[in-house]
Amino acid sequence: MNEAQPVEARGLVKRYGEIVAVDHVDLTVERGDVFGYLGPNGAGKTTSLRMLLGLIRPTEGSARLFGRDPLEVGARALDGVAGFVEGPRFYPYLSGRKNLRLLADLDGGAPASRIDEVLDVVELRERAKDRVGGYSHGMRQRLGIAAALLRDPQLLLLDEPTTGLDPAGMRDMRGLVKQLAADGITILLSSHILAEVEELCNRVAIIQRGTVIYEGRLDELLRSAAGGYRLRATEIERAYSLLRSQPGIEAAQSNGYLRLQGDDAALAAATITLGRAGIGITELVPQTTSLEELFLIMTGGETADAGARP
Amino acid sequence: MTSVYKWELLKLLAQKRTYLGLGTAMLVPLIFVTVLVLKTGGPNDIPLGRYIRETGLATPFVVLFFMSIWAFPLLTALVAGDIVAAESHNGTLKTILTRSRERGEIFAGKALAALTYTAAILLAMGTVGLLAAGFAWGFAPLTSLSGSTVSFGHGLGLLGASLAVYLLPMAGIAAFGILLSTITRNSAASVVGTLMWALLMQLLGVLPGTEPIRPYLLATQFDAWHGFLRTPADWVPVVRALWVCALYIGVPLAAGYVVFVRSDVAGE
Repeated sequence: MNEAQPVEARGLVKRYGEIVAVDHVDLTVERGDVFGYLGPNGAGKTTSLRMLLGLIRPTEGSARLFGRDPLEVGARALDGVAGFVEGPRFYPYLSGRKNLRLLADLDGGAPASRIDEVLDVVELRERAKDRVGGYSHGMRQRLGIAAALLRDPQLLLLDEPTTGLDPAGMRDMRGLVKQLAADGITILLSSHILAEVEELCNRVAIIQRGTVIYEGRLDELLRSAAGGYRLRATEIERAYSLLRSQPGIEAAQSNGYLRLQGDDAALAAATITLGRAGIGITELVPQTTSLEELFLIMTGGETADAGARP
Repeated sequence: MTSVYKWELLKLLAQKRTYLGLGTAMLVPLIFVTVLVLKTGGPNDIPLGRYIRETGLATPFVVLFFMSIWAFPLLTALVAGDIVAAESHNGTLKTILTRSRERGEIFAGKALAALTYTAAILLAMGTVGLLAAGFAWGFAPLTSLSGSTVSFGHGLGLLGASLAVYLLPMAGIAAFGILLSTITRNSAASVVGTLMWALLMQLLGVLPGTEPIRPYLLATQFDAWHGFLRTPADWVPVVRALWVCALYIGVPLAAGYVVFVRSDVAGE
């Protein structure tokens, strides 16, 4: 079995004249990851994916899929890899089934039953005889997943799979991605829909102006930005006076509540202090930061795409 | 490569422009025969033109002459200029390039399919022209360009050989169309550019002072079949068409291959 990581990009650079679209990007997607590749529009996500798939040549650096570089070994580098960049594209004058048969033939052929299977997975079997030109955007997205599944991939690269879908279509697509991940497929998901990444992914990379500014576990990222605790009490002024001198606790007042910083033990001691002083605690909740807030902080306010939020 | 070629043909068969090309190639000889049946006079100034009503065999040869000017170059460019550019524009190029085939295979399949279509329109014209004219004027022996009489069976063989040698410059036009299609990734620019190139070749052939290069122009090779219609056969233009067209076909295809294999497939 190939022990190499599904995706390893090292020092990936793509220049178009003076413009640096991707600037020394390092990416590692591990087996079993649902890896979110986040960035504002034009940050370099799609260009990176194109280099991974061998569609464009890096100016510098290398991209390896399961240890194979598309520029070195050609189409063989894509064994066990499937997906689409900038949305799946098909021949509009052919039926959905014929499109899949064509792609299956390019992969060495597949029995009709296998094509039926993947059509069933994406719930398109009833429309398989219709020309793709008459398909809705959502149906084309699902056909794109079916085309990818035909290759029995171990790694799936999906570029903005829910863009342009209605809420029900988004829900279905996310459900499908979850199911595929549960089936053991490693997924690299490029998206600017932050809620989607937060829902689906275990690891993320954030790219801004061609440079990766964060790569790691999503939960660690969120935890690192956690803002302590928020406390409401029956006597907020007296509580503040007591907790200011509480060992291990940093307290600050803010609009009728206190913001507390401290570890779990110090926080537990603080609640006892308040209880002994006869002050009732009406609310004590951890302060969390959403991925969107973090993203805006890290990218200096460049929105991923506010209009695309579900 | 076989499956790539098969699917390129199936894609062509699913597109209207293919039928537009085939239909036009069949319609031109039909119109030609219909007009000559209804009217007197004929194309007496062109090779075999004066024998047009003597036998159905003469018509395909005469139509070959007329269609070489712009109709066949246009019909050839229509598909060859589109075969890569359309896929790039529709985004399907990246779809097929992320499967298990090397880029070289995809290019070869496309080039073969475009050349097959080119042969098909030529064959369609020849067949329809022969049948239509045969029904109008019969299938009598043919008078060759040397004035000798050629039996119908032998004339049919000469027609086949002539179509085969006529295919060479058409393949040269197709190869140029494929190159433009690969470089520009723009169907309209490739189709128009290919047609312009074919017309330029013809223009060069009639301009004064171009006599030394005329035998090596692509347009000149459209007349190479005349060699078969002489008694004895004149192989000089045929052999020259073989090697001259090999260059006109090979160089653009080789350049197109290199561009196709090495170029970035970015957004459309």
